[in-house]
Amino acid sequence: MESKEEIRQSVRNREDSMEENKLQNFIEKIIENIFFISACMAIISVAVISVFIFYKGGPAIFQIGVKEFLTGTTWQPLGDYFGILPMIIGSIYATIGAIIIGVPIGILTAVFIAELAPEWIQNIVRPSVELLAGIPSVVYGFFGLLVFVPFIADTLGGAGNSLLAASVILGIMILPTVINISVTSLNSVPKEYKEGSLAMGASHIQTIFKVMIPAAKSGILAAVILGIGRAIGETMAVILVAGNTPLIPDSLTDPIRTMTANIALEMGYAYGLHQEALFATGVILFIFIMILNIMLNLFTNKAGE
Amino acid sequence: MNKTKLSVKNLNLFYGDFQALKNIDLEVESNKITALIGPSGCGKSTFLKTLNRMNDLVENVKIEGKVTLDGEDVYNNIDVIKLRKRVGMVFQKPNPFPMSIYDNVAYGPRAHGIKRKSKLDEIVETSLKQAAIWDEVKDRLNQNALGLSGGQQQRLCIARALAVNPEVLLMDEPTSALDPIATQKIEELTEELKEKYTIVIVTHSMQQAGRISDNTAFFLLGEVIEFSETAKIFSNPEDKRTEDYITGRFG
Repeated sequence: MESKEEIRQSVRNREDSMEENKLQNFIEKIIENIFFISACMAIISVAVISVFIFYKGGPAIFQIGVKEFLTGTTWQPLGDYFGILPMIIGSIYATIGAIIIGVPIGILTAVFIAELAPEWIQNIVRPSVELLAGIPSVVYGFFGLLVFVPFIADTLGGAGNSLLAASVILGIMILPTVINISVTSLNSVPKEYKEGSLAMGASHIQTIFKVMIPAAKSGILAAVILGIGRAIGETMAVILVAGNTPLIPDSLTDPIRTMTANIALEMGYAYGLHQEALFATGVILFIFIMILNIMLNLFTNKAGE
Repeated sequence: MNKTKLSVKNLNLFYGDFQALKNIDLEVESNKITALIGPSGCGKSTFLKTLNRMNDLVENVKIEGKVTLDGEDVYNNIDVIKLRKRVGMVFQKPNPFPMSIYDNVAYGPRAHGIKRKSKLDEIVETSLKQAAIWDEVKDRLNQNALGLSGGQQQRLCIARALAVNPEVLLMDEPTSALDPIATQKIEELTEELKEKYTIVIVTHSMQQAGRISDNTAFFLLGEVIEFSETAKIFSNPEDKRTEDYITGRFG
């Protein structure tokens, strides 16, 4: 008799614990969903922004004419001329300039930090680089306007607001991106490679350039592409130093206007087709960034192999 | 007439406060295979790395005593790059570079300034033949070395080390990551290589030491307990601890 009572009791206990389990499962589900919704926010944002830009800018491209819009060299919103070729070229030139200045310095700095610097120097350089990443872009622009622009005007002539000034500032701005990612990829090169090279009597510098950098190649390329993305998307610093004339530059000291500057400068007062043309500029910029991201994915996938 | 290639006198090595090697005296004979045996952590790999100064890479290492290569002081008179060219090394884990088979072998000669293609071709072929891997890779010299099997990778690493024409070859448990067949190939290879090179090999396997080496040093807790001809160590060890280790009483 007693044993029956015990069994009943234990069944009851089990039912209780099942109740508890159910509650626990329910909470688990809710928490999982919170994570899921958080993840969705990013995707939804990208989707909404893409749709919005293409919706607002897409029709304008066709209204203006794809060829006129992309290859037109005159941007005069008041005269209904919406050719953004000068801005496309401005963005590309400024980015190339930034790469020429920023990438070699960035990679060499990364090598220095990862391989050559004694620890106490590393402890100075690394935080400085991180600080560089944290400086607001308007401050870079201000600095460029006060330092580089007058310097270029004095030494090379012209107004100083120029492609060169924009390239230098952007080159400095991409340094943290290039350096940090390159350092990470250099540090992840297996130490066996380094040992193998040194054990054959190769010097440290030979080892760095012949084995370590090639082994870290895909990571360094990813760093460069992210740097390009940063340079092409930068707006505020460029507006302050580039001169912003919508003309194709003939020399380094000519002013340029980038696509981002074009949007930021005119969006405040534009309406009608003008406003749509600015959104259309955004569409082109967006396509540039997408191409860069696809390239980045290709390289990082390769790195994973 | 046994000629001494490497001579180690009164060697002490410290990692910070920890003494990893204690008063080591050892003579490595030319064109012989010297095996270093002993339980894990006994200092045999550390000792091997003092011979080509790979311990220089480790921070907080202090080395006392004298290591000479053909009478020249390794730690004072010889440039470390020249030393490592003369004393090559093969590592425990095969570590070919992520580049083609050809470039792996040509890496060392290129680093030492050989640029002519015909000369490099010749070195690559000879080295790969010496390492007994030429027939397996001659048709795919431009393929990535990481596509080779573990045993092939290790023989490629041996070829790579031979390509700079060293006098001594240090091998740090070169077969511990390999299957028995690949191991056998490497063992046969060492027999051939000792004609031209002096070999020092660290091994976990006493059978391996017994099979291939001429002299054997038994390491325990950073000391050389016994060093003599392999046949003698295995048949008639002088020290009780050597006997215990060899008969498998600990290890």
